[in-house]
Order: sequence, then structure tokens, then C-alpha cells
Amino acid sequence: MKTFSFHQLAGLIITVLASIFLGCNKEGNKHSEPAPDINKRGSIILKFDNVVGDKDLVLGAATYKNASNEDFTVDVFQYYISNIKLKTNDGREYIVPQDESYFLVREHVAASQRITISNVPEGDYVEVTFTIGVDSLRSTMPIERRTGVLDIADSATGKPMYWTWNSGYIFVKIEGTSPQSSYTRPSDGQRRFFYHVGGFGGYSSVTVNNIRTTTLRSPEPARVRSNKTPSVHILVDVLKIFSGSYTVSFATNPYSHFSVWSSNLANNYVNMFKIDHVHNVGGHTH
Amino acid sequence: MKGFIVLIAITLTSCAYKEEDKQAPFSSKKILFQVPKNFPSPVYDFSRNPITQEGFELGRALFYDGILSRDGTVSCSFCHIQTSAFTQHGHAVSHGIDDLPTRRNSQPIMNLAWVRFFFWDGGVFDLDLFPPHPIQAPNEMGETMSNVLEKLRKHPHYPKMFKAAFGTEEITTDRFLKALSQFQLMCISANSRYDKFVRNEGGILTSDELKGLSLFREKCSVCHAGELFTDGTFRNNGLPVYSNDLGRAEITLNPDDRYKFKVPSLRNVVYTAPYMHDGRFKTLDAVLEHYRKGVVDSATTDPILKQNGILGIPMSDEEKRQIIAFLQTLTDTSFITRFELSEFAIKTPTNNVKIR
Ligand code: HEC
Ligand code: HEC
Repeated sequence: MKTFSFHQLAGLIITVLASIFLGCNKEGNKHSEPAPDINKRGSIILKFDNVVGDKDLVLGAATYKNASNEDFTVDVFQYYISNIKLKTNDGREYIVPQDESYFLVREHVAASQRITISNVPEGDYVEVTFTIGVDSLRSTMPIERRTGVLDIADSATGKPMYWTWNSGYIFVKIEGTSPQSSYTRPSDGQRRFFYHVGGFGGYSSVTVNNIRTTTLRSPEPARVRSNKTPSVHILVDVLKIFSGSYTVSFATNPYSHFSVWSSNLANNYVNMFKIDHVHNVGGHTH
Repeated sequence: MKGFIVLIAITLTSCAYKEEDKQAPFSSKKILFQVPKNFPSPVYDFSRNPITQEGFELGRALFYDGILSRDGTVSCSFCHIQTSAFTQHGHAVSHGIDDLPTRRNSQPIMNLAWVRFFFWDGGVFDLDLFPPHPIQAPNEMGETMSNVLEKLRKHPHYPKMFKAAFGTEEITTDRFLKALSQFQLMCISANSRYDKFVRNEGGILTSDELKGLSLFREKCSVCHAGELFTDGTFRNNGLPVYSNDLGRAEITLNPDDRYKFKVPSLRNVVYTAPYMHDGRFKTLDAVLEHYRKGVVDSATTDPILKQNGILGIPMSDEEKRQIIAFLQTLTDTSFITRFELSEFAIKTPTNNVKIR
């Protein structure tokens, strides 16, 4: 026997009312789309645009300032995004299938900054939730399950995102130079900073857990239709890694590997993502 | 027939074949893994990587091949030498590429199917995940995993060996690591005089050795427990601290784990000198002197080593001698001389390896 829960009923009523309302206003509202048909599927693009405050991130070249008033350049910036969930304005959730929900965004690989999720039920999506890093279950899976961006062989195109001495993925990696840094690289005398943040909580004994999850609200709905693929533009602000709940100084803490201190960075960077705008292809007027 | 060996893997693999499992490797000659009668069940999950003759041979070729290092000079066997029970002899801490020292004393490749955590600090929890560390460490093999796979793909023989082991010539991280595991898992040592004694296979211990055995059970086997001579835990056995190596605490970040290291197996201990994570003791006598007189107290020194207000393990000269006599019965010459585990058994694909 099938009964409706309160939520389902409320959802139904809202949908019915909304469609009546939208239907009545059809002439008056040029922006309206055909109502989503949840039996149909479409795609959505999440675009990760790495920036530094109000400037674009340019590897190696540009100089920026952190909250401790220290100058810096960035030459490596990359992070895992996983376990993506989308939510519509009427509260429907779409959870990306686990095996397809791991992405590695790398500043030096343009294609990695566009995540396309397909097979998404039609809907007006207003929220996206994801993990920054790799969940603990996947972090302990056997080798045959670690394919694609989870392959533990470092790829020739980038710095490895895996600790071989302490089995675990590096969730976020940022490296660069700063004249104020107290660390000098022995090979070339350059003053540098580097932060490699990982830690899934420990395999058999409890340890640092830097898995963080964030939910972003969109200023406007991303209208997924079988024939329309909206693109959600997410700004990722490097400056937020260095300030927020903890102000980082390259002079005091020029680097971090697996450490208790690294959680300061995780607590900061959980807030580095923001949906800036959405491109709704077709029917989109700004 | 004595039949001291249980052939569990054969049953395992033959079941897999009946079901025509796609994962099942491409092999007629399935072997091989045998649990010695006096050993517990292994912890390695063989259902994901059943050992076959071809997989084992591929793993052996890789283990002995310098192609895994940046300049071709360093193979796994460089630091894990069969005649030293797969450790590196003559170095307190192992030396790798460009003769750079590593931080620790190399551990034996021995009975790894019964090991849950790898490294002295247990940082790696799956044998399949182990090799990228030595391959990529700048002071071990100085290479990258992706480059190793590239070199193997271009090699005249390896693609064929992967095909023999896994069904196609494709060389992936998964297959590469599983082949290396297959070889290492087969490095089983269970034929010492002690084993033949406990299995009633005609092994005889002298009265000194027998006294040593009972002293060992009384004084050492809390930590060096069971037939593998380790309980697999991490403990501080009271060594004076010489370096900034925090041991297990580097993995757990827990101050209570400082200076704790994995309790090593004592099988073939005669061959694995020098001793301890940093190779500080050259002889078994020095090790026992440590337990007798050298144990230092610290926040994490194991409580077993400070019972009744006494630091260390009291023993007379006679008892010390008997314990050492017993430890020598753990020597398994068949292990360090077994031809199939040696580099001389490697067949060149052009003449010997069957390609189907
Ligand atoms: C430069 C010397 C060196 C080379 C080359 C080397 N190892 Fe090791 N190996 C060591 C040392 C030293 C340790 C102990 C390290 C530690 O605990 O930090 C070790 C530990 C191990 C262990 C852990 C055993 C245990 O009981 O925990 C395994 C497994 C292993 N090595 C396999 C390999 C394989 C496979 C290769 C080749 C891909 C290899 N090693 C190459 C020096 C080396
Ligand atoms: C409290 C637990 C404990 C007890 C009791 C203990 N050991 Fe150990 N043993 C260890 C640990 C832990 C190590 C490794 C320490 C390190 O490298 O830092 C070790 C290392 C050794 C080694 C070096 C092995 C190698 O390959 O490097 C030998 C030999 C040894 N113990 C023999 C003995 C004997 C003999 C006794 C009894 C007289 C004994 N141990 C009692 C914990 C213990």
C-alpha cells in the first residue's frame, strides 16, 4: 500500500500550485521554461573558476597578498570534489551515483575545471552539496576500485594527490612562492610555501579528519531540461584558504603535510566556494 | 602422507573458475598459496587477487627489475635481498638510488599475507598499496609510478607477461601492483627447525633450545606472539631515542603513539641483522642486553617492560644464551635459498614464458 508522506504531499501541492501560477502568468513571464518533467533526464555543468579575491588566478605569473599582508604567487593548485548532490527548488534531491562522483580540479588542466553531470532528472536546481576531498570509505577501497582521478599512480600532468607513506589522498594542494616565507627550498634557494591537506580520519585508529562538505545556494535556479544544459559558475577563492577561522602566515607556518595544524586550512577552505551565477542555455536573458 | 599444508587458495580459485568470473585471471596453472599447518588464516584478501603461476612470475620479474627506478640501478631486491631473508644486509638504514640513505632499516619480505599494516609505523594498510612508496621516494628508486607503467608498456616482453597473467596486454596500476603482491605473498617462510618441531615433522630441539623456547614464551611472546612471532601491534620497547622518528605517532598524530614501532616477526632473525627500526644493534646479544639492561622509561614505554617496578626483562646470562639458542631455531634456510624466489628463476619471455 502506498501512502503519501507529509513532505511528498506538501511537495505535490506546491508543485500543482506553482504550475497553476506559472501557467496563469505565461504571457507575463518571458523567462519561464516549460515545467520540468521528472521522468526526463538532462545534464548540468559545474564550472570551477579559481580566483584570488577579485583577481583571476594565474599560475606563476601574478602576485597576490594574503590576509597577513604577505605577497605570494601560486604555482600548483588542485583539489578533489566528490559525492555531489543537487537539490531542486521543490526539494527533490539528485545524488550523483557514487562511482561517478569523484573529480580532481586542477588549475593547470582547463578541462578538469568543468564537471559535467549527466542523467540528472529535469528540475530547477538551486543547491549543490559536495565533499572537498575523498570520503573515508573510498579512501580505504581496494586498488581495483581506485580508477580515473583516484588512480594512485601520479599522473605525468600534475603533482601527485596521494600519500604513499600514509595511505590516503591529498584533498587540497596549493604551492607557491612568498618572499615572507620562512622556508627556503634547498635545491634553488627559493622562498616557498606549500600546503598538502588530507586525512580521512584514520584506518584503525582515530586521527585527523579533514573531510569537509559544503552546500552552496544558487542565486538563481539552474534549469535542467532534457534539451537544455545549464552551467553553474562556481568561484573558488584561494584567499579564503589563508583566512577565515584562522589567519595563515607564510612566515609562521610556511608548509603543512599530514598534521593536526592542517585542519585550520580545511576549516578555512570549506568556505572558499561560492556560486556566482548560472547560465541557463536558451530562455536565458542576461 | 604428512600433508602439513592446506591448499585453500586452490579451492578458492577453482570455485572462481566454475563461475566463469570475469575477474579470474587468465591461467590454467593456478597455484599456489599454501597456509602452513601451524599458521593462522591469512589477512590478505586473495579473492581479489588469486595467485597464479603467471602472475607470480610477472611479480618476480618486476621485483628484480631496475626498470622500476629512475636510472635502472635500483630494484626492490636491492634492499630486499633473498639471502638476508629479503632485507638489506650491512646497512643500519637502507640505501637507495644515488646511495642516499633512507630513514629506517629495511624489513623482510616474508609472510606478508599475515601482515595487516606495513612499514615500521604501519602507515600503509594494504600490500597492494605499498610499492608506489619505494618507487617514488627520492632516496629509494626516485621514479614516478606513471613513468614506470609507461616504460613497461614500451618494453619488448612485459606486455606479453601481463597478458599471460591477466588476459590482455593492458598495463594498469591495478595489475602492476597485484603482480608485485603475488610475488611477495609467495615469500612464505615456515620451514625452520622450530616449525618442524611444532608440526611434529621430525624437528628436534636441544635441551638448551627447549629451555630458550619456554623462556621466550614467558618473557617475549606477549609481543612477539603466536606462530608469526608478532601480535602486529605498535609498541615502544624502551629504546633510547636517537632521532626525530616518532614511529606510529607519525601516522596517528597521537602523542600516546610516540616511539612505538611495529613488533617485528623474529623468524629468520639470524639473517635480518642489524636490528630494530633504525638498525642500531648488530647482534642478538646486543638486543638481549637491551632488554636486560638498556630499557629506558618514557611516557610510552610498554607497561610489560616495567612490571613490579623493574625496568626491562630480567634474565641470567644462562637464560640469555638459551633464548638466543632458541631464536636460532627460527632460521629457515629453505626460504633464503628457494630457487623460485630467486632472480635466477626469471625466465626471459622469449625462451621460457608461455604466451598464449
Ligand atoms: C632503498 C631501499 C629499498 C628499496 C629499493 C625498496 N625497499 Fe622496501 N623497504 C625498505 C625499508 C627501509 C623498509 C622499512 C621502511 C619503513 O618502515 O619506513 C621497507 C619496507 C618494505 C615493506 C614493508 C614490510 C613490512 O613488514 O611492513 C614492503 C612490503 C616492501 N618494503 C616492499 C618493497 C617493494 C615491493 C619494493 C620495490 C617496488 C621495495 N620494497 C623497494 C627499503 C627499500
Ligand atoms: C613490550 C613488547 C615486547 C617485548 C616484551 C619484547 N619485544 Fe622484542 N621488539 C618489540 C618491538 C616493538 C620491537 C621493534 C622496536 C623498534 O624497532 O623500535 C622489537 C624488536 C625486537 C628484535 C629486533 C628484530 C628485528 O628484526 O629488527 C628482536 C631480536 C627482539 N625484539 C627480540 C625480543 C626478545 C628475545 C624478547 C624477550 C626477551 C623481546 N623481544 C621482548 C617489542 C617487544
